[in-house]
Amino acid sequence: MAVGCAISLVAQRNPLYSAISLIGVFISLACLYVTLAAPFIATVQVIVYAGAIMVLVVFVIMLLNVEEGERQPQRLKFLVPVAVTMAAVLFAEAVFIIKFVETQPLTPTRNVSDVGLTSSIGAGLFTTYLLPFEITSVLLLMAIVGAMTLARRGGLLSPKPGDREQ
Amino acid sequence: MDDLKLAAFKLAGILVAFTVVMTMVAYTVLAERRVLGFIQGRLGPNRVGPGGFLQPLADLIKFIFKEDIVPDKSTRFVYFLAPVIATTAALMTIVVYPFGPDVSLPIIGPFQLVVARFDVGLLYVLGVTSIGVYGIALAGWSSNNKYSLMGGLRSAAQMISYELSLGLALIGVILLSGTLDLYSIVEQQGGHLGISGWNIWVQPLGFLIYLISAIAETNRVPFDLPEAETELVAGFHTEYSAMKFALFFLAEYVNMFTVSMLATTLFLGGWHGPFVHQLPWLGVFYFFGKVTLFLFLYIWLRGTLPRFRFDQLMSFGWTFLVPAAIVNIVLTATLQWLGAFDWLSKSLKTATHWWG
Repeated sequence: MAVGCAISLVAQRNPLYSAISLIGVFISLACLYVTLAAPFIATVQVIVYAGAIMVLVVFVIMLLNVEEGERQPQRLKFLVPVAVTMAAVLFAEAVFIIKFVETQPLTPTRNVSDVGLTSSIGAGLFTTYLLPFEITSVLLLMAIVGAMTLARRGGLLSPKPGDREQ
Repeated sequence: MDDLKLAAFKLAGILVAFTVVMTMVAYTVLAERRVLGFIQGRLGPNRVGPGGFLQPLADLIKFIFKEDIVPDKSTRFVYFLAPVIATTAALMTIVVYPFGPDVSLPIIGPFQLVVARFDVGLLYVLGVTSIGVYGIALAGWSSNNKYSLMGGLRSAAQMISYELSLGLALIGVILLSGTLDLYSIVEQQGGHLGISGWNIWVQPLGFLIYLISAIAETNRVPFDLPEAETELVAGFHTEYSAMKFALFFLAEYVNMFTVSMLATTLFLGGWHGPFVHQLPWLGVFYFFGKVTLFLFLYIWLRGTLPRFRFDQLMSFGWTFLVPAAIVNIVLTATLQWLGAFDWLSKSLKTATHWWG
């Protein structure tokens, strides 16, 4: 299902359908995370990626009324064999990697993974990985401040005290 | 064989929960119309069946037989997809709620009255409500109607803004319980006479913030400007007729129901109540009784309060509720660190599970 949504994402002309396919991809990825015994990551993926970021993307598409992509002009037809070749190369790489992993001596698989549980993630975030955690929050703060600065109307001209908002 | 039995029981549980929730939602619609009528000094619908009891059935028949109008230039796939997303997201959350304490069914033995017990149950609920935003935004877009689009976008913006304070308000409860599993959170709220252990006594501010955010999240009065625009201009479900409108309507009431269930589970102690340990099935009645209390509160607020203007709504959410929720988190964390809650639990909560 993830692969299907990804193909639809690339192949759709209407950008809104692409956005919906991307949401489908994220939800399928979340399901895959659950099968890999990482339920926290799965739910956080849905909340953050599919629930918040994609909502903003969908807002942008809706408000900016992005046009449907036009059909490829004829003169780029020579690129099709190139694309097919590169896709075949990618596919061969994926097959090679899978075969390589499968034929390695089996590492003992743990039935109950302790890494994905919420308590272990929390414990790790606040002890071993505290510095990256704090730096990431500063990074997010920078992003927010940057976005707000860019979104201010008038840029360098600050509104006079008597002006009404918008 | 054991796996198959387990799967069959879970499936039966899902069916039972689904039926119960849908029936309660249908009668919530009726109750809303009657109670609103009483608040506004009139009787609600009382012709169909004794006291209007069969009104939801009549409404259902009406919706099925109504003409299904599809706007000509709408994006067909998204137009059909939007109510499906809204309803599915609203219904997906009922699987994590514990409806009662462990009961002993005659053939099966001890049985947990919850359909699925995730490690991250609370996060799952938040994630699924985030998906519900899409139903509304896509509905507004696909109707190919400027007013629909604005209504839908406003509603979606309101929902994502109040999701933030909703999540932050719940962090206080998570701090107290130490787990995201709803079943354990309810279990930890046992107390004297089943009442003193509820989280609302130790998290009053969190409860209030949660309640306000939840009302905003479900687009109810006093936060229903995107919806009330159907009375003024248009809303996101303008171009939807018959069954699809019914689905949106249903999704809104199921959302209301879901949010009430979450409030009951997290703050009012879920199925706890007097004498619930002696008679486990009483827990189910207590649970639904508390949910009904919240639904009544919703309806009461609808009949009583005027609605917010949209910019007032957004500024209230961002500049008041989010800081208040953060203050709540800091306060709770400080008190927890100082050991105040351990001291409180000794007097308020009793040990759980002493029936075996």
